[in-house]
Amino acid sequence: MSYLGRRLARALLLLIGVSALCFWFTQMAPGTFFDEMRLNPQISPQTIRALRSQYGWDQPLLVRYERWVRSALHADFGYSIAYNLPVAPLLWSRAKNTLLLTTVALFLTWLTSVPLGVWTASRRGSLLDRAVGLLSSLLNSVPELVIAVSLLAIAVRWRLLPVGGMMSPDSESLTPWARFSDLTLHLVLPLLILVLSETAVIVRHVRASVLEILGAPYVEAARGLGIKPARLLFRHVLPAAANPAISLLGFSVAGLLSGSLMVEVVCGWPGLGPLLVEATLSRDYSLVIGGIMLSALFMIGGNLLADILLLAWDPRIRKEGSDGASLAN
Amino acid sequence: MGHRLRTRTAIFVAALAGLHLTLLFAGFVAPYDPTTQSRELPYAPPTRLHFIDGAGFHFRPFVYAWTSVLDPDQVGSYQEDRSHGYPVEFFVTGPGYPILGRYRTTRHLFGVTEPAKVLLLGTDGYGRDEFSRLLWGGRISVAAGITATCITLLAGSILGLIAGYYGSWMDESLMGLTELFLSLPWLYFLLGVRAFLPLHLDPLDTFFLLTGVIGLIGWARPARLVRGIVLSARNRNYVFAARGFGGSDVYLLRRHILPETFGVLLTQAALLVPRYIAAEATLSFFGLGVSEPVPSWGNMLSILQQYSVLVSYGWLLAPACALVVTSVLYSSLADVLHSRLESHST
Repeated sequence: MSYLGRRLARALLLLIGVSALCFWFTQMAPGTFFDEMRLNPQISPQTIRALRSQYGWDQPLLVRYERWVRSALHADFGYSIAYNLPVAPLLWSRAKNTLLLTTVALFLTWLTSVPLGVWTASRRGSLLDRAVGLLSSLLNSVPELVIAVSLLAIAVRWRLLPVGGMMSPDSESLTPWARFSDLTLHLVLPLLILVLSETAVIVRHVRASVLEILGAPYVEAARGLGIKPARLLFRHVLPAAANPAISLLGFSVAGLLSGSLMVEVVCGWPGLGPLLVEATLSRDYSLVIGGIMLSALFMIGGNLLADILLLAWDPRIRKEGSDGASLAN
Repeated sequence: MGHRLRTRTAIFVAALAGLHLTLLFAGFVAPYDPTTQSRELPYAPPTRLHFIDGAGFHFRPFVYAWTSVLDPDQVGSYQEDRSHGYPVEFFVTGPGYPILGRYRTTRHLFGVTEPAKVLLLGTDGYGRDEFSRLLWGGRISVAAGITATCITLLAGSILGLIAGYYGSWMDESLMGLTELFLSLPWLYFLLGVRAFLPLHLDPLDTFFLLTGVIGLIGWARPARLVRGIVLSARNRNYVFAARGFGGSDVYLLRRHILPETFGVLLTQAALLVPRYIAAEATLSFFGLGVSEPVPSWGNMLSILQQYSVLVSYGWLLAPACALVVTSVLYSSLADVLHSRLESHST
């Protein structure tokens, strides 16, 4: 248990570090939301000064940070200037959609890449292995932005899939079932982009870790003892190959979050991505900081999931309580 | 095996050299200025090269001028004006541009006489020649990738050297930090850091701030790799011997340990450049990177966020193709370099 405890402590430290860094950056940032207002002749300097003090921007950095931490503990995460709302509900209404997209994508990615990786590793050098290898290295080297834009172009050009938003404009009048299928159809394109580009990465890692175990002396010995290939693969190889794959799961959450940020903007999916780009353009710092913290939280969640899985799976970690990362390397 | 690898390395290096030279001399290869607008030619399709007219076959290709057709449904319906053909000429004079940043010249690789235009990849919404923009934009995008890679490798190898060579608490804290950076959702952080930089900057400042930020976020992986090599190199007998003869830390690092990391760093560079080009393109696509009118592959693509443009004007996908070609070349090179390293070490 000390293993998980240490991980949690590290996660907390990370959150504090990231938020402090963000605040330090706001201090150094040359412009604020109010600069745009100052250019507007209809807004008087007094109004701007009043607004500045109302939102606490005239306070020193440490005071602002302390205030923010207090508000974060109340689950508000500060106050968005552009929307005139607390940040948390604003973020949450969008984060739901990002979570929907990323969890389904994560699930589908691993559902395709683990069997594919194991299969290609067990038939090393076959036609299938080479085809998957070629395809994955091609997809791997094509930037995700390009994959997204080209799939979008195909979908729009031939009207294959609905694009833009989560629902059709008339969805309010539909039956629940029709609404569900409408949502699913809108989900297909962003999912496809994310799953394609992530699978290309993960298949190779799964294949490599299975291959490594397949070459281990104890597997050779088991093969020599006449254990059937299927039993050998599922009983002796896969459990040992799972450790690096599970560690990879934690890292893949980060990749997926970055990918989904871009995909959301390209496909017009109303998730955190478009909100954050907008907030960046309008200098709405509280919202940006909230978004970064939320992404850090998601990432920590993903890593924690991987740690728990690792703990459940790998007896070496339970026994020694040692660091998972050092074993994986 | 070694011979084949060497041939493949040579092929990819030559292809990349060709690409970079084309981009370096973008002004010469591009027939037009990337920022000059011609308002009467928005969304003009690529000019067709003709070889046959009423008089028969010509070896020298010629083009017709586009005349716009009034069509209320779609901006930019064009027809070829067949009354007069304009042959494509080489080494013509055109708009001036700086070459290698110092000398100004007006010589271009090819062009046609006005009023016709040779638009190999059509024009964008402002009537700017997409081909010229592709080349000039490529300069920015590729330079951003290379600069950011240099920053990453420099930071990564310094920190990796420190962690590997001095060990103990330095090693532990640095490696903890790399684990953190490796699991960051980097695009969120890039966006966040970008949010705190001024929104409207002149292109040169944007370029350096952007590449600095992109480069600094990625230091963790090279740091880990360098640390691993330093750890194994530190305990070699000849290093012990050199230390015994009174070699200083700096001498040992420079003479015996740093050269060992060279191959890995080269492979990393080939991997990182396309990734950072893509990162710059993504930020510029969002409107947060290199800004108009200076072209980059990312901000050229950002117009495709309008679905109507995406559907009707397919030639505007050219920067996406350029990104694919560049990335595939770089990652193939990385693959080959990686296999060379492996065949060396076994």
